[in-house]
Amino acid sequence: MKSFNLLAVSLIALVLALLLPLLALGTSALGVVVFVLLLGVSFLAAYRDERRRTWLSALIAVAAAVAYPFVFSSTQATTIVFFALLYVAIASSWNIIGGFTGYISLGHAAFFGLGAYTIALVADRLNLPGGYGLFAVALLGGVVAGIFAVPMGFIALRLRTIHSFVIVTIAYLFMYQLLGYNLQGITNGSSGLGVPQPNWSGAFFNTPFYFAALALAVLTVALAYWIRHSRFGLGLLAIRDDEDKAAGVGVDTWKHKFAAYVISAVPVGIAGALYAYFSSYIYPQTVFDPMIDLTIVLSAFLGGMGTLLGPILGAMILQPAQQLLTYYTGAAGWDLVLFGVLFLVVILLMPSGIVPTVVERMRRVRVLEAVRKADETEGVEPNTAAGGGAR
Amino acid sequence: MSAVLAVEGVRKRFGGLEALSGCSFSVEEGSITSLIGPNGSGKTTLFNAVTGFVTPDEGEVHLRGEPIQRLTPDRIYARGLGRTFQQVRVFARLSVLENVLVATSRSSVAQGLLQRTKQSERDRAMELLRYVNIARLADVPAGSLSFGQKKLLEIATILVGEPKILLLDEPAGGVNPTMTGQIGEKIRELNGQGITFLVVEHNMEFVMGISHRVVVMARGKVIAEGSPDEVRKDPKVLEAYLGA
Ligand SMILES: Nc1ncnc2c1ncn2[C@@H]1O[C@H](COP(=O)(O)OP(=O)(O)O)[C@@H](O)[C@H]1O
Ligand SMILES: [Mg+2]
Repeated sequence: MKSFNLLAVSLIALVLALLLPLLALGTSALGVVVFVLLLGVSFLAAYRDERRRTWLSALIAVAAAVAYPFVFSSTQATTIVFFALLYVAIASSWNIIGGFTGYISLGHAAFFGLGAYTIALVADRLNLPGGYGLFAVALLGGVVAGIFAVPMGFIALRLRTIHSFVIVTIAYLFMYQLLGYNLQGITNGSSGLGVPQPNWSGAFFNTPFYFAALALAVLTVALAYWIRHSRFGLGLLAIRDDEDKAAGVGVDTWKHKFAAYVISAVPVGIAGALYAYFSSYIYPQTVFDPMIDLTIVLSAFLGGMGTLLGPILGAMILQPAQQLLTYYTGAAGWDLVLFGVLFLVVILLMPSGIVPTVVERMRRVRVLEAVRKADETEGVEPNTAAGGGAR
Repeated sequence: MSAVLAVEGVRKRFGGLEALSGCSFSVEEGSITSLIGPNGSGKTTLFNAVTGFVTPDEGEVHLRGEPIQRLTPDRIYARGLGRTFQQVRVFARLSVLENVLVATSRSSVAQGLLQRTKQSERDRAMELLRYVNIARLADVPAGSLSFGQKKLLEIATILVGEPKILLLDEPAGGVNPTMTGQIGEKIRELNGQGITFLVVEHNMEFVMGISHRVVVMARGKVIAEGSPDEVRKDPKVLEAYLGA
């Protein structure tokens, strides 16, 4: 595993991405500096252990995330990270279908909305009070999203091209938004639905939400990690690289894609429910929101599609930046400008995203050398295009 | 000897063009059979029809007597029929070792979710990489291999599933003479271990050197078949090539 340097660099980058906005928002500079120093020391400690460095880095990241709300307990500080963590979960989950197989879904906000409406409707119909119990209902939001994903995946994946898949998934999002507006009897239309709120006081209010989002993020990343290293995941990556060839060596491509699609819907549904609970009120345009898909795709794209770390990094950078922009300008819309600019920069400077670009830099020389040597010693004609295929 | 693979009256039309117009022949168990014919005569389409990548409009394909023309490619592979593609195709962003491991995963999706690849499978994959001389590149992304190395990787990949029949589409296409010789050698060696081969190839020297039988196609039909010598002398074959 050559991933340590990369992991450390990425984690530091994302910690900074979180802490700088805090500074900007007027959080004590001393606190930020101490936090960064502590992290730096832990990273260095991890660096000395050769074998378990990846796990250690991950552990440190989680530990830092756990410590965070105790160090920065202001509502603003925890709110920013709450949303960032939600998007870590959403983007990592989306990555299971979009990144691993290359089937870009632009309609995952449909699952977000399904989760959101599930918690609102269940709480309303069963007269549930706000409190810890509603977190269990949030899980139900994931289940509902998963169930809806079955027929949706069935249809979207019928035609075996990525293009048709993309189009159908976009259609899903707008279809659900339309249903949200028009199924007045269920969704209350454009007037939206409320979610009962817990009576936690003041600064503590955010804490349970923060840890719920952290748990979701950690579990989702663990799920993506597990899948990435399973046989199933290998099949998904094979589909991304060459679907026909994958089928030709025994990968049941349809079932693989279908399963990936359904699995990836579940955490997004839970995230939607947590969002609904946290923000107390939902509308069709806030939960079936194309902006959600834009954020997901750009996060994955920025960090590196199909890598485990990419979507985490992307979400941790984009989400706080987006909030900060909205906070400062006091107007929505600037985040779109930011997204546009970022998109261009990424396309121009590192079209495969941060993580793959760094990995590539790190091993390019080594790989080319190995390929050339093997060619020489084995009498295989060296090919001038050898390096061209490395992306 | 019995026919392990039989193609019976297969037709396939692409719009106005009939790529296969009633194609029939069979492949004997344990043989090396070559499929030759001018460009565009339908050889690749026939491979696609046999391996489930295109569904024939008419006709049947039998594997050990059982019809397979409605099965998906992965099912056909699971029955022991493997193929390579005319253009070299590797999983570019997977490592060389992972490329081979993809082909071992024949479990169901649910099992695949719960399992990782086993050490024994990794060992077997490494063994095959050594067999084709690219073991030292195991951790390199396959996309960065040279053309010849990719061809070798394809062979290792297809072998890990322990196929009983291998369909190779122009295995010597675009490689230098030294490697063409190596590939021919491997085919003969594997045939000695019991694998049946159906090979599409343009290099006549190569074809005549390794084949037990040669099947000649032109315009979507089989126009001649027999031993390499018989085919070489067949006037219809000459005519097909010159007429093309
Ligand atoms: N998917 C396809 N769609 C349309 N035409 C095709 C397709 N595949 C092959 N063909 C046509 O079928 C004919 C036979 O092609 P092919 O099987 O590739 O021949 P060969 O491999 O013998 O050179 C050609 O005219 C080719 O253009
Ligand atoms: Mg061909």
